[in-house]
Amino acid sequence: MNRRWRMLGERLSQVIPVIVLATIIVFGLLQLVPGDPAMTLAGEQATDERIAEIRHLYGFDKPFLVQYGTWLGHAAQGDLSRSLLSGERVVTLIGQSFPHTLTIVVLALLISLLVGVPLGILAAMRAHTRADTAISALSSVGVAIPNFWLAMILVTYFALGLGWLPATGATPLGESVVGSLRHAILPALALAAGGIAELTRQLRSALLEVLSSQYMRTLRAKGLSETAMICKHGLKNVGVNLLTVIGLLFNRLLGATVVVEAVFAIPGMGSLIVRAAINKDFPVVQGVVLSMVLVVVATNLLIDMLYSVLDPRVK
Amino acid sequence: MRGWLRRDLRAAVCLAYLAGLVLLAVLAPWIAPYSPTAQKGAEALADPSAAHWLGTDDLGRDVLSRLIFGAPASLYASFLAVSIATGIGVPFGLLAGLLGGWVDRIISRLIDTLLSFPGIVLAIGVTGALGVGLTHGMIACGLVFSPTLARLARAQTLVVKNELYVDAARCFGASTGRILLKHILPNAVQPLIVQLTLLLAAALLAEASLSFLGLGVQVPQPSWGAMLARAYTYIDIAPEQMYAPGFAILLTAMAFNGLGESLRDVLDPTMKRR
Repeated sequence: MNRRWRMLGERLSQVIPVIVLATIIVFGLLQLVPGDPAMTLAGEQATDERIAEIRHLYGFDKPFLVQYGTWLGHAAQGDLSRSLLSGERVVTLIGQSFPHTLTIVVLALLISLLVGVPLGILAAMRAHTRADTAISALSSVGVAIPNFWLAMILVTYFALGLGWLPATGATPLGESVVGSLRHAILPALALAAGGIAELTRQLRSALLEVLSSQYMRTLRAKGLSETAMICKHGLKNVGVNLLTVIGLLFNRLLGATVVVEAVFAIPGMGSLIVRAAINKDFPVVQGVVLSMVLVVVATNLLIDMLYSVLDPRVK
Repeated sequence: MRGWLRRDLRAAVCLAYLAGLVLLAVLAPWIAPYSPTAQKGAEALADPSAAHWLGTDDLGRDVLSRLIFGAPASLYASFLAVSIATGIGVPFGLLAGLLGGWVDRIISRLIDTLLSFPGIVLAIGVTGALGVGLTHGMIACGLVFSPTLARLARAQTLVVKNELYVDAARCFGASTGRILLKHILPNAVQPLIVQLTLLLAAALLAEASLSFLGLGVQVPQPSWGAMLARAYTYIDIAPEQMYAPGFAILLTAMAFNGLGESLRDVLDPTMKRR
């Protein structure tokens, strides 16, 4: 246990520079705004007072490092300023939006695992057969299909056509679990297509590598069945690969959900950042990007800790 | 090359499709039967006919013509994003790998950080700052893709830089720049080409996503993503409008991916065909 704590400390010392750099990048986004950022952010018909207010809000008249330091100081205390559009606190907006996004992403991750893992095992066990070819063709489609297009197809058939599930909106998980799942299932399916494909491919190639190893040959010589080999020995050895893929997948799904939310009019992080980006509501843009990257960093840290549980060789 | 295409059917099909698409994009003004922006209100949402092979959209514009004119927009977007990613990522990766030390540590941390952002979210943030539009969106995507290439270029450089011929060049007094360009880059380039091809598919999907969200191509310019955005607004009346642009994106992304994977089989010695 002691060793594990030391590892956590080591990992944290690697994570902190990443977090610091991430905040610099998020804050630095403002530097990309062409011209006088205060005028651009205030909009075309802004009064001089409004421009002055925004200039003061961001401290555009001060040097970059001072601006950054002030912003970081506030952010560290959980103050991400207010929306230029609605005047609401950015932290409040993110708090309202994030649960919707997380519900879809987690559900999509579960679907990806439930479908992708069996498909990956099947493809590895039946490698170079017709079943394998069919699965690999399907995953080529899954990787390349625009998920918002798949979302539109799902809406057309299952929401508008058959009326099984609602086409738009979202219900908070706390209000009604069933209602929340009914709203989340189509977006999650649209997201999961890419996840299933990715998982299937990675698992197949990882399993094939394990199956061709020396100890697998020994097991086969002992007369162990192919199924027992995969379930008892193969999966245990690809667990680490699987974790890596899940970590990458989580990052990918968090991004992809932004576009899918637009199709289902879900008031999540995606809708929040898209509206903010179009309207130059920069505090909101920065808040969403920052919170997303923090979630990813935290997840990766968690996954690194799980490595040491799963794989005794990881020091 | 010819032998490779004869042996690898997938590569041949993908390459033929992409060559056809490029030709279509270049010749769009001569091939397309109508102007992509010509509106005929009376013929709105018409079914496919001899005059309009794929029907018309809600403003009576010919869907086939808009699809053909969408090709140059999508290809331009993909190549722009990947060129920018290469221009930023490869030099930084090469430098980090060759110089090592604190330069490597800083660049590597920067790569780790950029890869921690969900790609499209960062791209939306950058586009929001630069202002919406196709070119700005693709600059944002180029920025977001660059760490992938930087990491790969760095790894390749680390492999190559200890080769005897690099030592020899150094002994002959070759400058760092010369060693990078003449000796390291040519020997590290094959995995990069594979990754570039795969990134073209990612860039195509990113362009479609950004245009769908209204952050990329602006009306009335046609693009496959923008066509899908338009089709979405009347999805309950004419859902069939979404199929042509959707399949165009899907097939093109599959062609880039297929070509990339075939290239990996022949170019990348670490990826044995399993």
